[in-house]
Amino acid sequence: MLDDFMFRAALAGVGTAVAAAPLGCFVVWRRLAYFGDATAHAAILGVALALALDVSIFGGVVVAALAMGTVVSTLSGRGFAADTVLGVLAHSALAFGLVAVSFLSGVQVDLMGYLLGDILAVSRTDLLLIWGGAGVIVALIGLRWSALLTATVGPDLAMASGIDPRREQMVLTFSLALTVAIAIKVVGVLLIAALLVIPAATARGLARTPEAMALSAGATGSVAAVGGLGGSFMLDTPTGPTIVCLAALMFVVSVLLSGLQRTH
Amino acid sequence: MRDIAPPLIAVRNLGVRIGTLDVLRNVDLEIHPGEIVTIVGPNGSGKSTLVRAIVGAVRPHTGTITRSPALRIGYVPQKLHIDPTLPITVARFLCLPTRRTADQIAGALNTVGLPDLHKRQMSALSGGQMQRVLLARALLEAPDLLLLDEPTQGLDQRGSAAFYHQIEDVRARLGCAVLMVSHELHVVMSASDRVICLNGHVCCHGTPEVVATAPEYRALFGTGTQGALALYRHTHDHAHDDDHPQPGHHHEDHAI
Repeated sequence: MLDDFMFRAALAGVGTAVAAAPLGCFVVWRRLAYFGDATAHAAILGVALALALDVSIFGGVVVAALAMGTVVSTLSGRGFAADTVLGVLAHSALAFGLVAVSFLSGVQVDLMGYLLGDILAVSRTDLLLIWGGAGVIVALIGLRWSALLTATVGPDLAMASGIDPRREQMVLTFSLALTVAIAIKVVGVLLIAALLVIPAATARGLARTPEAMALSAGATGSVAAVGGLGGSFMLDTPTGPTIVCLAALMFVVSVLLSGLQRTH
Repeated sequence: MRDIAPPLIAVRNLGVRIGTLDVLRNVDLEIHPGEIVTIVGPNGSGKSTLVRAIVGAVRPHTGTITRSPALRIGYVPQKLHIDPTLPITVARFLCLPTRRTADQIAGALNTVGLPDLHKRQMSALSGGQMQRVLLARALLEAPDLLLLDEPTQGLDQRGSAAFYHQIEDVRARLGCAVLMVSHELHVVMSASDRVICLNGHVCCHGTPEVVATAPEYRALFGTGTQGALALYRHTHDHAHDDDHPQPGHHHEDHAI
């Protein structure tokens, strides 16, 4: 079955959705949407560096995203207006990345593939990286779930319970870098943040506990991935954006549904 | 009592600097098992910073904070804002970060006078309910020391009286020490074993009677003991002295 490119694509989409779900919830709860954007945009810089140094693209993206995540956490902890810092960093990372890629005259770079994803070209190695990465992310967040949640609810409460909120922030930064690296093939640099935020936001209206929200975000994201794949096949549209469009439609439906619930 | 057991918390020569501002300097303080100690002081006097330093949320610039070994702290912050995108029931909140049994949760909610609230969303709580849930969470830690940072802010007079009554109740039941920050001087004076008057440094301290008659305290709060009004007048009087809190008062060193 792994010989079928559609099957490999579906597995890649579901793996990415599973990894993005719990992390996306923290991105939403902690208002890190822009943070996710900046980290994802840094990935294109990582691609350029990896190609220039002739090392693994996965590795280059992880390093660049991790560096960006660390810079952003450090700067916003020092009293810079977080919003402005993220705005500057997110877009300049993208711009520098694109310029850097253009310098690589020797190699043929599929720029659109990195920007918008190329899920139909997922190889067996990619699948291994995606599911391996997703496993690491889910295990890491699962192990630290309680501490992460406490630090999210109140940093001072966490400190009083012996949890260091800065360490939990680092766990999230690392998971985010890894998520960017595995999602780049599926939806591309430009839409990774959407894959984090939209399923989590969709799940918000359906959940009464944090755990339920993370699980329904995973389900929503998986449905969007598989459905978007099918949709793009039928309509002959780009796959990554189609997945995000479907996720957005599901978000609208969930908002309408919870609005109906409230009025009745 | 003070000399028998070692202190739960010993603060020595504590200084905290935020940016370029010395929020606290030369603060010495000990909390002993079972006592209720209240910190009073005008706005911006470093009360919350002191509590947050004891919790570990602010790093000292100078000095040390020594906790007794295996000290369990129950902390009730001034307020807690939970992002509305985070769905969480009261029962789940009380299990952060340590899982509790349903019986423990029911017991803690009963103690703070909120039975049957465990299924409620945290975002749907009123201000008073939120403070009580925070207290319930602190109690579940089985604390040796309960830290309360202006726990009755936003409650009306009846609500805050009931809250302080509960604190005394809890102390009697658990035997824990209580360190709290409060604006409500009349309550403080009746409910505390010791009062610490803070204004960047420890101005004066002692039993409520001693502090109430200390000239430093009167310089800060006026001679009236009906706290809220005195405090208002006081801060209003000194509104122009922003960068130099309370220049008008003199104080001698008090042994601590």
